[in-house]
Amino acid sequence: MFKGLQCVFTGLGHRVIEGVWRIGAGARLFSYIGFYLFESFKRPRLIVREIFATGVLSLLIILVSAFFVGMVLGLQGYNTLQKYGSSEAIGVLVALSLVRELGPVVTALLFAGRAGTAITAEIGLMKATEQLSAMEMMAVSPVARVIAPRFWAGVISMPILAALFSMVGVLGGYFVAVPIIGVDSGAFWSQMQASVDFRDDIVNGVIKSVVFGVVCTMIALFEGYDAPPTAEGVSRATTRTVVNSSLAVLGLDFILTAFMIGA
Amino acid sequence: MQKIMSDNIVEIDNLSFGYKGRLLHKGINMVFPRGKVVAIMGGSGSGKTTLLRLIGGQLKPNVGEVRVDGDVVHKQSIDGLYNLRHKMGMLFQFGALFTDLSVYENVAFPIREHTDLPESMVRDFVMLKLNAVGLRGAHNLMPTELSGGMARRVALARAVALDPQIIMYDEPFAGLDPISMGVVCNLIRSLNDALGATSIVVTHDVHETFSFVDYVYFVSDGVVVAEGTPDQLRNSDKPFVHQFVHGEADGPVPFHYPAADYKREMLRGHDV
Repeated sequence: MFKGLQCVFTGLGHRVIEGVWRIGAGARLFSYIGFYLFESFKRPRLIVREIFATGVLSLLIILVSAFFVGMVLGLQGYNTLQKYGSSEAIGVLVALSLVRELGPVVTALLFAGRAGTAITAEIGLMKATEQLSAMEMMAVSPVARVIAPRFWAGVISMPILAALFSMVGVLGGYFVAVPIIGVDSGAFWSQMQASVDFRDDIVNGVIKSVVFGVVCTMIALFEGYDAPPTAEGVSRATTRTVVNSSLAVLGLDFILTAFMIGA
Repeated sequence: MQKIMSDNIVEIDNLSFGYKGRLLHKGINMVFPRGKVVAIMGGSGSGKTTLLRLIGGQLKPNVGEVRVDGDVVHKQSIDGLYNLRHKMGMLFQFGALFTDLSVYENVAFPIREHTDLPESMVRDFVMLKLNAVGLRGAHNLMPTELSGGMARRVALARAVALDPQIIMYDEPFAGLDPISMGVVCNLIRSLNDALGATSIVVTHDVHETFSFVDYVYFVSDGVVVAEGTPDQLRNSDKPFVHQFVHGEADGPVPFHYPAADYKREMLRGHDV
């Protein structure tokens, strides 16, 4: 009995210490990235290359998903709104759902699955094959050369991807609502234009996507940098990237929404 | 204060290092004279590669110190350490080439990072280094298109791209065929002499290493168990050196990993 309890507390203590250590290590990596902020922007070619790898190559999955999400919103929205005789408000429902919530959140979840895992696996493998050590021995900081450009690429890409997601999602909703169901095109666009507020809806959506960009990219980078240099270590790190990013995005979305509605 | 130039470019003084409760080095002393090729030999897991990492400042000793060109490595700031590393080049066990860069770009990497030379000059330097390792014609290839021996030679060209004073080699012969092994041996010696550098070779290949190095340290169980020129060690009657040089399966380094009594364990049945 006593031995069992001791095991439970030992395990718990071990996990807490490891958790605190990882938070500290992550914060230290984040501060290093800040330290190399200006150095990264001195070499924009590296950032542009990473924007291509993380942002441009994620476009297909983001845009296709956005179109389907928009179409589903159109169908579900019409089904509910017609019961109250306000099916013309379908444009407002689609736009607000996408710009405020689904655009930033679904983009971040897809980004974590597509680009975040790629970042973690790439950096983990660079570590396992001693490429990061080789860089250090050449007196080149891996944080400045490998980590920081990827961080800025993620932070820049995410709001652009979220904006494109919302735009294509609205087109998906339009495609279902207007040509297929037969909602009036003018009502669809005019009600949307009248109801979507630039500051309360669009700016808040952009703020969310920037925060998610920082969090998702940071988690992906840290997991890769911290991964044990083995096949199993890299695989576990990649899984942790998706799980931790998804939980962080959903949790932060609630907190940000609460602040934005309260503001 | 002016630094007095010692005959030894690297000095390891009473160094102890360990982690996770295991002491890997227990008071090691070594010197690496300028212009010489020195080998550190020992069995797998004896901490040879760790010694290179301690010299390069990637690890900090628990006790003692490593001095490179008179500077204590672990007392340097980040900038100081990076300045010290400008004097070093390192060949990693499997090359550690950047897989997203071509052979040319790999060798150009340290030159571009540390100099503002025009592209035409960078090209001349890269081709010069690639020619020295016999791979000028492979400059357009990607690392995945190279054999193990070729990758090692490209990594060597990259390690000497900025003409370092110290070149460290981590298991440079691991997994190479006899021809590639001979090529790498000759390259280590000829590059060392041409650059006037000091080479530290970590390896356990006795035959190849003894053919070109000036001095050898044998490391076992965390201490230097023997040292001398290849000829002195070939004729050594120390049991460890004899076992290692002649490749005997059993001796001071036992064949069996420490375990309980075999007979008693077998009689106990499946309760292991």
